Amino acid sequence: MASGSFAAQPETTAWTRLMVNRNWLGFWFMVPTMIFLLFFLAWPLILGMWMSMTDMRIGRGGVFIGLENYQYLLEDRDFLNATGFTLAYTAVASVVKFAVGLYLAILLNNHMPLKAFIRAIVLIPFIVPTVLSAVAFWWIFDTQFSIFTWLLQKAGFLAKGQYINWLGDPFLAQCSVIFANIWRGIPFIAITLLAGLQTVSPSLYEAATLDGASGWQRFRFVTYPLLTPIIAVVMTFSVLFTFTDFQLIWAMTRGGPVNATQLMATLSYQRGILGGRLGEGAAIATAMVPFLLAAIMISWFGLQRRKWQQGESND
Amino acid sequence: MTDAALKPNAAPGTLSDHREGMAYLETLPRKLVTVYMPLAIILVVLLFPFYWMVITSIKPDAQLLDLENSNPLWVSQPTFQHIYKLLFDSAYPRWLMTTMMVATAATFLSIFASVLSAYAITRIRYKGAATVGGLIFLAYLVPPSILFIPLSAVIHAYGLFDTPFALILTYPTILIPFCTWLLMGYFKTIPYELEECALMDGASRWQILVKIVLPLAIPGLISAFIFAFTLCWNEFIYALTFISSDHNKTVPVAIISNFVDGDIFRWGSLMAGALIGSLPLVILYAFFVEHYVSAMTGAVKE
Repeated sequence: MASGSFAAQPETTAWTRLMVNRNWLGFWFMVPTMIFLLFFLAWPLILGMWMSMTDMRIGRGGVFIGLENYQYLLEDRDFLNATGFTLAYTAVASVVKFAVGLYLAILLNNHMPLKAFIRAIVLIPFIVPTVLSAVAFWWIFDTQFSIFTWLLQKAGFLAKGQYINWLGDPFLAQCSVIFANIWRGIPFIAITLLAGLQTVSPSLYEAATLDGASGWQRFRFVTYPLLTPIIAVVMTFSVLFTFTDFQLIWAMTRGGPVNATQLMATLSYQRGILGGRLGEGAAIATAMVPFLLAAIMISWFGLQRRKWQQGESND
Repeated sequence: MTDAALKPNAAPGTLSDHREGMAYLETLPRKLVTVYMPLAIILVVLLFPFYWMVITSIKPDAQLLDLENSNPLWVSQPTFQHIYKLLFDSAYPRWLMTTMMVATAATFLSIFASVLSAYAITRIRYKGAATVGGLIFLAYLVPPSILFIPLSAVIHAYGLFDTPFALILTYPTILIPFCTWLLMGYFKTIPYELEECALMDGASRWQILVKIVLPLAIPGLISAFIFAFTLCWNEFIYALTFISSDHNKTVPVAIISNFVDGDIFRWGSLMAGALIGSLPLVILYAFFVEHYVSAMTGAVKE
């Protein structure tokens, strides 16, 4: 910014210049935000990359060791499993969340009594702190006193006294945490897509119906194209936050049984903070970045492209 | 960055009066099958965990672990012993206060910073404002799970470890990008002419912001406040990493680390803790549903 000339100016002019000049004024207004984002976001981000290339531990500074952490991780079964499960967790949960969320949004877009009230309660799973609802899920998936097991027993699918080890069996535990994640993610997707649906003019549906479009065709050729920009944004966020999920897993299984539900974020916490190997933890966290960038690129550009394919101006 | 024309309709429901469309063609029995039944099923699934939370927290211990002689879905002799124990016999009130304090302080700090930066980006339009706006949006996409390890080193270096300030100063990094984008949307809808008039009358930028822009952006401020407060209350990984002593813990962390001790009779108080920890947010939400929804959709639409 125009700081070069300001020392040469007389005192008063310099002061007024600082207060009136558009660029300086903008700078002053940005100071609080810049302080927070530089000190607690940008700097840690860079520091994290550096830490991932050291053997830093809690209580002792590290020495630069290059890519050794990454080399070690590439041969580490737990890390590879965690990466695989993180990808599966994100893929399955995002697809189901999107499908059910879109369906729910379309349902909520109908006319019905108590509409506002129903919409309000749909959002409750999103409001309640994730950890607290995860604790409720933990109890729901309890081995001995699970309400699901009880229902299955009552319905006759399961013999009395036979239990399902929901969070103790690796595969069931993976399914359970994915279910909990889907449960938590649906309201956000449904309500944001509903907001998008409400901007679609009903006359378009009327026109399509007069042209003989079926219900599916109305969805495919009217609703879906008009919704793609908002779907792109919503799914970008959804994928991002599912991929980096931590709290749900930590509250329900802490990565167990036998690391079956370990996500990259939880593994990074376990190695970095609990294990004290900060360098290795930072390397696991940094390893998430390429995946995140890829996810953002795919969901953003992949879906955004349709926008100009329809002949709309590109923003 | 969708069209600005969508902006005033950010809150769903505002269009509803004109939206009858072809709804009159649908008959009730048909709607029952295509709309109400699937909706009811989804709602039951979405709300069941809360029902279960409530039921568990008022069940006596004996019934809690006895699925044979009583119906677990109902409670025959409700008791408040879990809630009583929680509120008068544990550090829970203190955790609740800490959480409330941290969330309020972080929210105010973030809103202060965001108002200034959003105003500067949309209205002062200094050189590079658009780039800075884009960078702030990118900051929104940086998840806490990749930052907590280096941030814990930073927190140690600044001497903030295990103090509420560790959280009060780090939460704004999550909140500011979001609030800035939300407020930018609101500021854009305020007519330029108002500001020009004030400038002609000799008002300074600061006066314009405080006396003209902010009063007009109150719905946006409320949305930002509520959403930011909820995010703070929800935050887990920073609170888990940066706080070690019991009395400084926030509710989510305390529930996980202090109530979970392998005792089989803990479920009652655990659920009561989860329930009471969610109540303030649910109450806040009940009063400001519209603002909440517009915050959520507004931030996404940009």
